[in-house]
Amino acid sequence: MVTLLQQLLNGLTLGCLYALVALGYTLVYGILELINFAHGDLVMVGALVSLSVLRWALGWGWPMWAALLLALIVAMSVCAVLGVALERLAYRPLRHAPKLAPLITAIGLSMVLEQGASLIWGRGYLTFPDVGLAHPWEWGGVVVTTMQGVIVMGSLTLLGGLLVLVQRTALGRAMRATAQNPMAAQWLGINTDRVILTAFLLGAVLAAVAGLLIGMYYQVAHYTMGFMVGLKAFTAAVLGGIGNLPGAVLGGLLLGLLEALGAGYLGDWTGGWLGSNYKDVFAFAMLILVLIFHPSGLLGRHAPEKV
Amino acid sequence: MNGGLLDVQALTVRYGGIEALTDFSLVLQEGQTMALIGANGAGKSSALKAIAGGIAATGRLCFSGQDIGRLPAWQRARAGLMLVPEGRGIFARLSIEENLSLGRALGRQRVALDPVYDRFPRLAERRYQLAGTLSGGEQQLLALGRVMLARPRLLLLDEPSMGLAPQRVDEVYEAVSDMVSEGMTLLLVEQNAERALGLCPRVMILESGRTVFSGSSADCRASSRLRAAYLGGEDAGAD
Repeated sequence: MVTLLQQLLNGLTLGCLYALVALGYTLVYGILELINFAHGDLVMVGALVSLSVLRWALGWGWPMWAALLLALIVAMSVCAVLGVALERLAYRPLRHAPKLAPLITAIGLSMVLEQGASLIWGRGYLTFPDVGLAHPWEWGGVVVTTMQGVIVMGSLTLLGGLLVLVQRTALGRAMRATAQNPMAAQWLGINTDRVILTAFLLGAVLAAVAGLLIGMYYQVAHYTMGFMVGLKAFTAAVLGGIGNLPGAVLGGLLLGLLEALGAGYLGDWTGGWLGSNYKDVFAFAMLILVLIFHPSGLLGRHAPEKV
Repeated sequence: MNGGLLDVQALTVRYGGIEALTDFSLVLQEGQTMALIGANGAGKSSALKAIAGGIAATGRLCFSGQDIGRLPAWQRARAGLMLVPEGRGIFARLSIEENLSLGRALGRQRVALDPVYDRFPRLAERRYQLAGTLSGGEQQLLALGRVMLARPRLLLLDEPSMGLAPQRVDEVYEAVSDMVSEGMTLLLVEQNAERALGLCPRVMILESGRTVFSGSSADCRASSRLRAAYLGGEDAGAD
């Protein structure tokens, strides 16, 4: 029972991180029906930028909270600029091109970002500064670190904030209208280009936060780390129904839980034949099953519709 | 050429190799209403979309003295030129209230929705329902309500009576004619030619993308040839 609770807790932490990234995929897909494969690499950029800022600030003797705050702000700004630049320079010129063109562009951009990062940060694994949030709290054998608390609280706050933004504000209304029918939205005076840019911007900012949190949690960063994070988050988005915002959150949490349970129990269930290192297989088997049997995802629509 | 509110010269729309609209020219003065009639595929909707933005067209397009030919559709809408497209442009998965709110999105968030609700009580009763649950007629009223809030100077209205029961058509036309009497300029595309001529003193007739008649509705009715070709039997055959 204790193990189960512990795994659920670990899964929740992981799931929150996936959800943050999955929202970026789903925001853009909901409006443009474009899978922005470069999105995972924004997480990597967020992690590496925060790593550099943290090292710099701590090197100058800044207190930890100030260094973290600065890292968060700089990472969010850099990712925001990158996300907006990707849209303006790479995707917008292809707005009316066949769907395959932006998709391949996305894959190309992902490579550009990775190789660009390797030029700046090198090709080795970098150790993330220890931010000292590892203090364990124990209840009846279940251990929660402050870090996990920060990740879960921070993510859920952001996720909630985003849902409120999309469901309750004029900007969110414009986003949903654009997702449903961009031309009709334009005929009502909605600047759909700006709405699309906003979707990229929001996704990029969430990716930056995820990058910082992932770096802090695993204490390692690498120029290719965006690939796996991106793929998992994409799986989460598909699982929840791509284009559906609550779906992305649900898919992220579910995938995190599945992975943690897989990691915790796979060895026992298979008599040691499959170890916890098969947890990725778990995630991607999930993706394949969803795509085969229920491609619209848990909260998605059956017809190929948007948001 | 001393253009009016809308001044369109030699507007031409091509889809691939096919010309859907050829040399379409029209001047509308502020407050005027004009009907655009013709058979299916005559180019009426293409004309409206080319003016509102959304499809590529060549020719000259001036609105309120400003060349708008290169502006994106949303800027034309903000300048006061709005289109209610065929199919109404309702956002089915937004609530009725949200759909209406989009009508005031032009920097006028404080405009109350009440006038629309007073006018169309059926929308008020169902304000929190998804717009997709409304009937066709109610959706048309919703589209008009949205336009009432946005208060465009020129409204391009495409087939407002399509698929509606006759009482609903009355309701729709009553709302449109009220907006017109408040000074709104109107370019109306309509299959139901009798309805259109009843509202608009001027009419243009399109056939295969070309303008075959432009003049007063009275002249149009007076011509037995036009009546036979475009007005006769319309009511029975309208979809």
